[in-house]
Amino acid sequence: MPIIQVNNLSKQFKSLKAVDDISFTVNEGEVFGFLGPNGAGKTTTINILCTLLSATSGMARIAGLDCTRDSDRVRSSIGLIFQDTTLDAGLTAYENLKFHAYLYNLDRALTDQRIDEMLEVVKLADRKHDLIKNFSGGMKRRLEIARGLLHYPRVLFLDEPTIGLDPQTRNTIWEFIAELRKREKITVFMTTHYMEEAENCDRIAIIDHGKIVTEGTPMKLKSVVRGDIIRLVTSDNNRAIGMIREQFNIIAREENGGLSLEAERGEELVPKLIHALPVETRSVSIQKPTLNDVFLKLTGRTMRDEILSDNKEITREFVRGHRRAQR
Amino acid sequence: MIQLRPIYVICLREFIKFFREKSRLLGTLARPVLWLFVVGNGMSSLIKPQAGFSYLQFIFPGMIGMTILFSSIFSSISIVWDREFGFMKEMLVAPISRLSIVIGKALSGTLISVAQAIIILILTPFLGIHLTFLQFIEITAVSVLVSFCITSMGILIAARLTSFDGFNIIMNFLVMPMFFLSGAMYPVSSMPPALRQLTHINPLTYGIDAFKHVLLKNGNPPLGPEFSLALDLLIVTAVSVVMLTFAALSFRRKD
Repeated sequence: MPIIQVNNLSKQFKSLKAVDDISFTVNEGEVFGFLGPNGAGKTTTINILCTLLSATSGMARIAGLDCTRDSDRVRSSIGLIFQDTTLDAGLTAYENLKFHAYLYNLDRALTDQRIDEMLEVVKLADRKHDLIKNFSGGMKRRLEIARGLLHYPRVLFLDEPTIGLDPQTRNTIWEFIAELRKREKITVFMTTHYMEEAENCDRIAIIDHGKIVTEGTPMKLKSVVRGDIIRLVTSDNNRAIGMIREQFNIIAREENGGLSLEAERGEELVPKLIHALPVETRSVSIQKPTLNDVFLKLTGRTMRDEILSDNKEITREFVRGHRRAQR
Repeated sequence: MIQLRPIYVICLREFIKFFREKSRLLGTLARPVLWLFVVGNGMSSLIKPQAGFSYLQFIFPGMIGMTILFSSIFSSISIVWDREFGFMKEMLVAPISRLSIVIGKALSGTLISVAQAIIILILTPFLGIHLTFLQFIEITAVSVLVSFCITSMGILIAARLTSFDGFNIIMNFLVMPMFFLSGAMYPVSSMPPALRQLTHINPLTYGIDAFKHVLLKNGNPPLGPEFSLALDLLIVTAVSVVMLTFAALSFRRKD
């Protein structure tokens, strides 16, 4: 039985249909990604799944429990990491985790041991008694992950886990998530609008305007779009082009002193090409299609339109930080 | 429906933060000192002692009321902070009832206000007030009631406030008028009729009057209690129950 099951889920805010009749399932142990631009309905879906919002229609279940009717039991079995930090900056790392343990009614005898264990996982053991206001963005995010896992949830929700973080910290966060999957038996449901990050998922659903546009493994989604781009530089490009047309029935084009061609499963074609070519091959490169290309193909827009709203996000973070400092 | 461990930990958090923020502790003492010795002394020259009580002694019950008012409103408005800075979400997604959150907040606000009310009792020797042990117990008991009432009111407001910008409006148009129209600085009976009406609908008036019953026992109006103690306690309790009920209800809302 899938651990997350969503059937014909819709959410209407006044005139806006934020989530429009979506259905999907997530299997136990999977990393499932929800990919889409800002305002596509990702956070609304997460909020319904974690019982913060009720659905207008349709059904959402986690571990067989209805998210609307059985909300308390759903809440005990999920961990959440929101877009914006939800730590108390005036408390220490330990106090934040302890607070969480009490809210989730964790066995008192186990609490301290579990806190130490989780701090070890996110490499914050040495900052245990430091106030959160002295933590960097990446440290806060790591602590939130530790907190989200403290009560042994079956599903961990990550809403834009790496937003506003620098690329290096982003990578660290992903390493933690990979590590986690090895340590704990956990399902991860995450949203992102970074294409590169979505590729870390086992399965992805692309959502736009409240609807699921497509769904599958990153591999499968990319192969739907088009083949790989292979670039070759040979000692005689014209001869190579002619030969490729005859033997492989592929049209190659001359490009910047080399030649380029598109093919499905480029990595399998390249050895055959080199073997068959009567001319010397000086260099080869294969470019894989990105999920950005998938998004472009399916929605007619690029995710790059998001760069602007990304900056807005950073500004908001800055304003928040500033106001916090004034407090 | 009511879970004790979450309520305990919500209170614990508020206490840790209260004692960590030294400025808040200092502010607790600074405000009544300012009112008593700057404003109070200025007014003392105009108002003669009556029935053995000086003007400074007359306004001291009001100072306890003011301390509770500010402290309770501040505690409950922290809900808006929690929402603004995300921590509220941590509580809302936890497997605890909304009622537990509201009770936790009401209880912690109440306890912190009572603590502050007790702290300012150290000013009494400077005012020539000699507290008996019984008076101390009575003040503590009344403080619990009044603090709970004002905190519940604050939580109800905070639950409706969507942003922190509303805080100044609340301070200027609710908290300050509540203080001035409570009989803290001048007797209710000496006010013009229109203002007196407002005083009568202010729960703080009855709270401060109850403090006057304890501290100005033998006083007569105007510089003394103006309502019966039973009425004071009844109104404060009734308002608390109503406010907390509505606060809990407005927290349950979920779109």
